[in-house]
Amino acid sequence: MFDRPAGALSPPYGAGAHAFVGARLLPVSGPPIDDGVLVVRDGRIEAVGPRASVAVPADAERHDVAGLTIIPGLVDTHSHVGGGWGADESAPIQPETRQLDAIDVRDAGFQRAQAGGLTTINIMSGSGHLMSGQTLYVKNRDGNGIDDLCYRWPDGTPMGGMKMANGTNSQRDPPFPGTRGKSAALVRERLVAAQEYGRKLAAAGDDASKRPDRDLGLEALLEVLDGKRIVQHHTHRHDDVLTVLRLRDEFGFRVVLHHVSEAARVADEIAAAGVGVSLILIDAPGGKLEAADYDARGAAELEARGVPLAIHTDDWITDSRLFLRDGALAVRAGLSESGALAALTLHGARLLDLADRVGSLEPGKDADFVLLSGPPFSVWTQVLQTWAGGELVFDRSREADRLWAEGGWGAGRSRTAAICCMLGPGEDR
Amino acid sequence: MSRSMPALIVAVLLLAGLAHPQDLAVRAGLLHTVSGAPITDGVVVVRGGKIVAVGPAATTPIPEGLRVLTAAVATPGLVDAHSVVGLAGHLNQPSDQDQLDTSAPIQPELRAIDAYNARERLIAWVASFGVTTLHTGHGPGALISGETLIAKTRGDTVDEAVIVPRAALACTLGPSTHPEGSGKSPGTTGKELALLREKFIAAQAYRSKRAAGGDEAPERNLALETLADVLAGELPLMITAQRHLDITNALRLREEFGFRLMLDGAAEGYLLTDEILAAGVPVIVHPAMERAEGERENLTFENAARLHAAGIPIALQSGYEAYVPKTRVLLYEAAVAAAHGLGAEAALAACTLGAARVLGIEARVGSLEPGKDGDLALYDGDPFEYTTHCIATVIEGEVVFEGSR
Repeated sequence: MFDRPAGALSPPYGAGAHAFVGARLLPVSGPPIDDGVLVVRDGRIEAVGPRASVAVPADAERHDVAGLTIIPGLVDTHSHVGGGWGADESAPIQPETRQLDAIDVRDAGFQRAQAGGLTTINIMSGSGHLMSGQTLYVKNRDGNGIDDLCYRWPDGTPMGGMKMANGTNSQRDPPFPGTRGKSAALVRERLVAAQEYGRKLAAAGDDASKRPDRDLGLEALLEVLDGKRIVQHHTHRHDDVLTVLRLRDEFGFRVVLHHVSEAARVADEIAAAGVGVSLILIDAPGGKLEAADYDARGAAELEARGVPLAIHTDDWITDSRLFLRDGALAVRAGLSESGALAALTLHGARLLDLADRVGSLEPGKDADFVLLSGPPFSVWTQVLQTWAGGELVFDRSREADRLWAEGGWGAGRSRTAAICCMLGPGEDR
Repeated sequence: MSRSMPALIVAVLLLAGLAHPQDLAVRAGLLHTVSGAPITDGVVVVRGGKIVAVGPAATTPIPEGLRVLTAAVATPGLVDAHSVVGLAGHLNQPSDQDQLDTSAPIQPELRAIDAYNARERLIAWVASFGVTTLHTGHGPGALISGETLIAKTRGDTVDEAVIVPRAALACTLGPSTHPEGSGKSPGTTGKELALLREKFIAAQAYRSKRAAGGDEAPERNLALETLADVLAGELPLMITAQRHLDITNALRLREEFGFRLMLDGAAEGYLLTDEILAAGVPVIVHPAMERAEGERENLTFENAARLHAAGIPIALQSGYEAYVPKTRVLLYEAAVAAAHGLGAEAALAACTLGAARVLGIEARVGSLEPGKDGDLALYDGDPFEYTTHCIATVIEGEVVFEGSR
């Protein structure tokens, strides 16, 4: 069900050509390349390969990076950076709310995410609702407004999924559901309403007078039912996972399972369903009832069954600056290193319909990549630079960027200006 | 049972060469004693729960018949200098959250031994990451929330687990003691300090009147009794303070009342290294991965490194978490502190011997030396590396965890 390239459009690209020479390249789409060359031009990757087979273009700015490691820009399939909340307390199902309208692009969280190597982020509302609104897929570049960051569908509209949740977070006082059965019933009811709405629209055809009144929530749900908008679904417990799959079977939407604390218990069912999974890695079980039996070994169980597997930060649950650590914790629990790197990059891109644009070091893809001081899953490794769409968005050698990376006095303040001719490089925040 | 075994019986058993449930040897490719240089291919011999020999395998014989655990690396059992595990349960439901009572801002009379659940799942969880000693108890969030204790991460009851029943009195300064809109007092930082000073002055009077005795002696008052122990230097005051303002207030309070102070958290401690050093106060530094928000918005991964570099005694901790994860893991936090300027050696010290010193239990735990408790953590590689596993945890010669975590 995955790998339906959406023909996504990326935000604006940086200009100029750069060649990175001598690093160990981990393209993810292919085997590692020692002593490699990466050439990027006007925001896209132009060439990737061993030094012997890739020429450094004469007009490219040359970066000698022997001893470093270059990986694709990281793809975070589940984050709350930017402080954007969609749904409010008025109802448990609010598909009409959009992250597009809610995100502060100057929030310090974006800078921290750049310091962690994140170049693509799916920003979502919380899990306190059965359906908390439309998510937004963004390129993590410095922008003046959200339009500078968002990926777009071929028709030019901002691209994203639909955030849903079941389990304990969305069970609250009325009008929220009080049980799991009620949760599923409310969701079914709304999806049936969307089916009816779609049927009426189809029946009306081109006759505007016969069309039902516009309903923003149902319009968004039609994008879910036709597979354009992927359901990004919070679910932890084994039975909650099966409920998601049951609803998926009934309504035919495309879905990615998020968090999935008990993935190991239903790994066969998940694999048989052919859905993707985006896992969270946390330091201890519990904190709430549905995560009491959290088990990191789910990652390896899903990998063994060929499930498309991503990992996410759920920032602020885990810190975007430590996203590579999340992959490492999955390795600690049995996931292969290559599987973990793919889970932080290409597999995440697949689960957002962005694999034709990002997620690996391949010619034609966006020039999103990260320079590391060492192997990706070592605690001793530092993110040295992050490039998004051919722009250098994080450079540890710049004092201002180092503040985002390490923290310190003033690190909690929002970015104050995106670009300012008055200040030198790295002083523009 | 065996912990209270009379020394004579232990000695007889040792002389007889009989295997004892608390007899064990550990052989490690790299043995970090912490009190001395690391030993390549090192051996630790534990008998009757105590370390009897430490040295290179070539010169440290392992008595015949002793169970031997092997590992790539071994360290002293880790000492978590501040946690709420055992009081704050993993389910995070009202029925398992005993770290904070908010009915009054100052409650020194709350004892940790009345609230520690030795069977709480998170104790075994942190033990599986090498933690053998836990300073835990009433949590941050009230001006004075109650006492703390020190326990080993084993035992079915608090009595089997505890090694120091009264370790410190937990105090918090800063915005978390007066959440916006709560309508309760304290409502400001100034009021916090006024309430505390008032209480300590009452305790001073209580202490002197009780000492004078006679008919004028006041009736027993559990809260003032505990504060009097703090004033007498018998019970340290652990003050959680994150902002520079709150840290400064903690130091001023100590100047006025002369108690033994342990600073806790100290997110902006890096701004006050001179002042903290001059006061001679140790810092139990916030977890390295603590979230940078609210009163901690200016924290830095490098705080532990900067305090240590200034010469301030530091200890590392897992801290308090209100949601997911319900506890942090000391080993993980130490690793991130190590990688952000502290370095492996200082980070290991800060979660073993250094932490034991801050807590005043260094005679018993924190390093691998003859006479100390046989507490060890075993690993299949660099303890701080993300992908290394803790493979066994030993407390006083007993294996409390074995596996691959």
